[in-house]
Amino acid sequence: MTMLKLRAMLALGTSAFVLAACQGEDAGDTTETIEDDTEETTDNGEDTAEENGEDTEDIDFSIAMITDEGGVDDRSFNQSAWEGMNEWADSHGLSNDHINYYQSDDAQDFIPNLNQAIAEDYDIIYGIGFALLDAISDVAEQNPDMQFGIVDEIVEMDNVVSLTFRDHEAAFLAGVAAAETTETGRVGFIGGISGTVIDRFEAGFRAGVAHVDEDITVDIDYAGSFTDASIGQQIAAVMYSNGADIVYHAAGAVGNGVFTEARNRLESDPDDEIWVIGVDRDQEEEGNWDDGNFTLTSTLKGVGASIESSANLAMDEGFPGGENIAYGLEEEGVDLTRGNLSDEVWDAVEEARQGILDGDITVPEAPDEL
Amino acid sequence: MLTKNNEKLYNFLVPILSIVLGFIFGAILMLFFGYNPILAYQAMFNGVLANPFFFGEAMRQATVLTFTGLGFAIAFKAGFFNIGVAGQVLVGWVTSIWVALAFPDLPRILLLTLSLTAALLVGAVWAGIAGVLRAYFGTNEVIVTIMLNYIALYLTNYLIRNVISTGGNTTERVGPNASLRVDWLTQLTQGSRLNAGLFIAIIVVALYWVFMTQTTAGFEVRAVGLNRFASTYAGMSAPRNIILSMFLSGALAGLGGAIHGLGTFGNIFTQSGLPGVGFNGIAVALLGLGNPVGIFFSAILFGVLDVGSGFLPNRAGVPDEMAEIVIAAIIFFVGANYLIRFLFEKVKTKKTATEGGE
Amino acid sequence: MSETNKVIEMKGITKKFGNFKANDNIHLDLKKGEIHALLGENGAGKSTLMNILSGLLEPTEGEIWVNGEKVSISSPDVANQLGIGMVHQHFMLVDKFTVTENIILGKEKHKFGFMDQATSQKDVKELSDQYGLRVDPKARISDISVGMQQRAEILKTLYRGADILIFDEPTGVLTPQEIEELMEIMNALVKEGKSIILITHKLDEIKKVADRCTVIRRGKSIDTVDVATTSQQELADMMVGRSVSFKVDKKPADPKEPVLEIKNLTVKEARGYDAVKAIDLDVKAGEILGIAGVDGNGQSELIQAITGLTKVDSGSIKLDGKDITNKKPRKITETGLGHIPEDRQRYGLVLQMKLEENMSLQTYYQKPFSNHGFLNHKEIKEHAKQLIEEFDVRTSSEENTASSLSGGNQQKAIIAREIYRNPALLIAAQPTRGLDVGAIEYIHKRLIEQRDHGKGVLLMSYELDEVMNVSDRIAVMYDGNIIAIVNADETNEKELGLLMAGVPLEKAHEQVTETEGKERETVANEK
Repeated sequence: MTMLKLRAMLALGTSAFVLAACQGEDAGDTTETIEDDTEETTDNGEDTAEENGEDTEDIDFSIAMITDEGGVDDRSFNQSAWEGMNEWADSHGLSNDHINYYQSDDAQDFIPNLNQAIAEDYDIIYGIGFALLDAISDVAEQNPDMQFGIVDEIVEMDNVVSLTFRDHEAAFLAGVAAAETTETGRVGFIGGISGTVIDRFEAGFRAGVAHVDEDITVDIDYAGSFTDASIGQQIAAVMYSNGADIVYHAAGAVGNGVFTEARNRLESDPDDEIWVIGVDRDQEEEGNWDDGNFTLTSTLKGVGASIESSANLAMDEGFPGGENIAYGLEEEGVDLTRGNLSDEVWDAVEEARQGILDGDITVPEAPDEL
Repeated sequence: MLTKNNEKLYNFLVPILSIVLGFIFGAILMLFFGYNPILAYQAMFNGVLANPFFFGEAMRQATVLTFTGLGFAIAFKAGFFNIGVAGQVLVGWVTSIWVALAFPDLPRILLLTLSLTAALLVGAVWAGIAGVLRAYFGTNEVIVTIMLNYIALYLTNYLIRNVISTGGNTTERVGPNASLRVDWLTQLTQGSRLNAGLFIAIIVVALYWVFMTQTTAGFEVRAVGLNRFASTYAGMSAPRNIILSMFLSGALAGLGGAIHGLGTFGNIFTQSGLPGVGFNGIAVALLGLGNPVGIFFSAILFGVLDVGSGFLPNRAGVPDEMAEIVIAAIIFFVGANYLIRFLFEKVKTKKTATEGGE
Repeated sequence: MSETNKVIEMKGITKKFGNFKANDNIHLDLKKGEIHALLGENGAGKSTLMNILSGLLEPTEGEIWVNGEKVSISSPDVANQLGIGMVHQHFMLVDKFTVTENIILGKEKHKFGFMDQATSQKDVKELSDQYGLRVDPKARISDISVGMQQRAEILKTLYRGADILIFDEPTGVLTPQEIEELMEIMNALVKEGKSIILITHKLDEIKKVADRCTVIRRGKSIDTVDVATTSQQELADMMVGRSVSFKVDKKPADPKEPVLEIKNLTVKEARGYDAVKAIDLDVKAGEILGIAGVDGNGQSELIQAITGLTKVDSGSIKLDGKDITNKKPRKITETGLGHIPEDRQRYGLVLQMKLEENMSLQTYYQKPFSNHGFLNHKEIKEHAKQLIEEFDVRTSSEENTASSLSGGNQQKAIIAREIYRNPALLIAAQPTRGLDVGAIEYIHKRLIEQRDHGKGVLLMSYELDEVMNVSDRIAVMYDGNIIAIVNADETNEKELGLLMAGVPLEKAHEQVTETEGKERETVANEK
């Protein structure tokens, strides 16, 4: 029998809450207890399941994911993927047996974890994050009959689907929002480990800020980690102390430290006007404090949605092996939440969004393209 | 007074008891939180031992842990607490990959020798820094090696991003000429990453034993470690031996890093933290009580635990956190075999203490 | 004997550690106002017995009565409350604190929450005057002499209300004059109604000060005797269990050319001041040169300089005609130096290593013990076996760790190792410290043997008896200088004692002859 996993339970709880919050009109009557939230998810699930028809238990399709070192409860990237898998299961009315995750504590765990999943014969095994590139390539080569997915990287093999994101587009919108909101004329960006993916965030954000006002300073720093929240807190402390009033992080679990720092500052000085911009998931919940909420907005990365849609695609039309599915604003694979943005700011964001969609604005993918 | 046989028996019993206690404590923890420990341990051992792939992975892990364990042990013998094994692993790892990528066309035997030797030397120098500082300036090696760990971490990440690769987080894969993989091992273990490092580890275990027990240099290292003053009186040079042992410690760790790089991964990627094999090597060494063969077997145990813990969530319903706590508890008891030693010692002194005079 | 005048009675005390009986049915009673000596060899069970009395150990069997009441001394606190106090061999004092602070430590007087130094100092002063313990209450421990430190230690137990004082080997670190003073203090304490147990293995002290003496041997109490009617020889024989010779048998020395020549040697100690001040010293082949002096007058530094363990600041040292100034210890050893270090467990042996390995601790790198860097375990073992046999080191196997040996046998092992190399000069620093009469006898014999083989021996000891009995010439060190070199058979304890206290030779000589003269006069007058 499947025992409920602690992390899964937590993840479900928060995801339900986030979903509810996302839906806007529902947010008002969402109570904050996890049980209620879970119920709501189930409700959502049932609704969709009904739409799809009741006879879904026959579906013999299961998917699994291998986390990167951040773990499934990183409140960011991996968690978003796991939430997507849960949604996918719910939408088909499938039980928890059809989805699973394998937690990696170290890079050397990737391959054993992949092999565990292979032994369980999942239809698609997703590697969450660019760190799994080599592991997925190796294992896909050794197991040509199995199907794999990789997020944020491209593997050109017939049994691997690559899911990538134009994160720079969402980051651009975050930059616009930050530039429009800042009072001090100084904002901060904290990256995890610099590389192709995080470069997109940095480039997009800086371009977005510059798009509004060239004179706004953007402090850039990298944590060198996606897991160490204490480094995130240190960097955020420096940035806020230096006068930045908005910090955007693209650093996975490191970002938890950024939220902690902002909360500490607000609790000691409630008049401080500081904000955090969340990443990958709607991180509004992380910004709750006694006097309100300090998550200005979050860039969304539809990791969960991409998994959901690729799994559906595989079920309906066959596995999109060898394809690279790139999700951008246009595909609604990335987005910016409304969050605590004022109306004028939101208007500016909407305007920029349109500019990108129309091709009037080209968002750079790497800082050196700026 | 303990006779020789008793002493041997006792040296054997202490680690066994530590392991048993660790498992019992882990079981109690699981019971307390409502999980079935028997099912869990079954999943763990079945998962690893009944499947060639996972057994291969456990042995691969044991290979690296043997190096880090031996590395820690040799410094420990000389009275040194080399907490910097992790950093030395990392510098060894990055060096081996760098060399392997720089000379891709050399013949395999030459390239492997070159890569491993370079890693060994860099690891040795890295640890040697702490040794020199300690020997000549009395600097606390624990603090120095911790700082060196962080320098190693950020230096490695810098090198990967800016020197070895161009802006990426991962280097290229080394060519087959620099890989430690051997086909028959891979096939035997159904595709695991177990590699020729295992044989190097076994050779090093033997060399370690020879060095420690059969050579004058090993004699000096042991004597200095056990009693610096008496050794100095006897004409040995304490600083020289401190540096030598630290040098060898780093060499072993660096070699372990190279085997991790050329055997396990075939490349290096930016690290968010120091490799866990470095720190687990400490526990491996303590469990093995500094005996090379003991270290080899405790490395295997740790390899099995490490790989086996992956089975707890999906096969026994024990959540990851719980699995990690259980493993940590086992490691704790294993590391705390000093506690068991202490208890033994207490019983022993009660039996044999003679009181009088001075 | 009336029960009431006994302040302590220990009846049938047995203490087992596993199967080993450290104390086996020991009886000891202490009368009010007496000094009761507890005599025994090392390992005889004296400390176990006293640890039981001071609450550190609980007896397996037996009863303890204090002041006519049966008590159970379960902890040192209980012992304290019963008025039992211990003057430790190694002083339990905080160096940086004043005498007063040390004495009141843990029993501080408070005034509005502040330490009341003034009252405490007055208390300490009164207490020290009462018993004739001349102590400066305001002096820092690190600034006062060892003798005064010991008096502070005694005051500490008195301050805590002790009526029964246990002195654990109190004279080991004192000069003869200080020992005299201590004896007077003990007498004064007894006059004031205190009772004293004196743990010692020095027979002359017992003769001088104790009323009765209980001898224990191998955990059993052998007898309790009246000291006045028992001779030293009888006490020693009781302690060892056989007849012991006190006299060190030796022929006159036959000194030849010097093996050790020290010229104008200055050595700085760790904190940077001169510990050895421009001294000249020769040791000749075929003689034993003793170095006498109170601990801390530069002896240790002198020896460390000769053995290469400390840097020589200026001057030169020649061994066997070769310059060894500031050479590495190994080089000096190879030139022909044997060294029995002061602290055998710290400097002489690697305790956790096997005895056989310890036997080759300096020679392991030479043939035949190793070849091209590889040890020859067979040779090492053979060598160890031979030494064990030849020097009568008692152990069940050469593979036992050095720590498993008794103190005497550890020392024998070191001596075996050092003498076997047949060095031109053998330095023996405190070679008999903490050893019992039997072992001392053996070691002295070996040192003299070495001399008779035409080697030089440098003997450093804080025990005057030892220096006087074994040496041919005696150099007295005081404050880093060699204040005098005298022939052993032309001096006496009093003269040496004065020299050790820094009195120049002529003056010391005068004083001694004067007092001797007076004594002769009094004897004559009495007649």
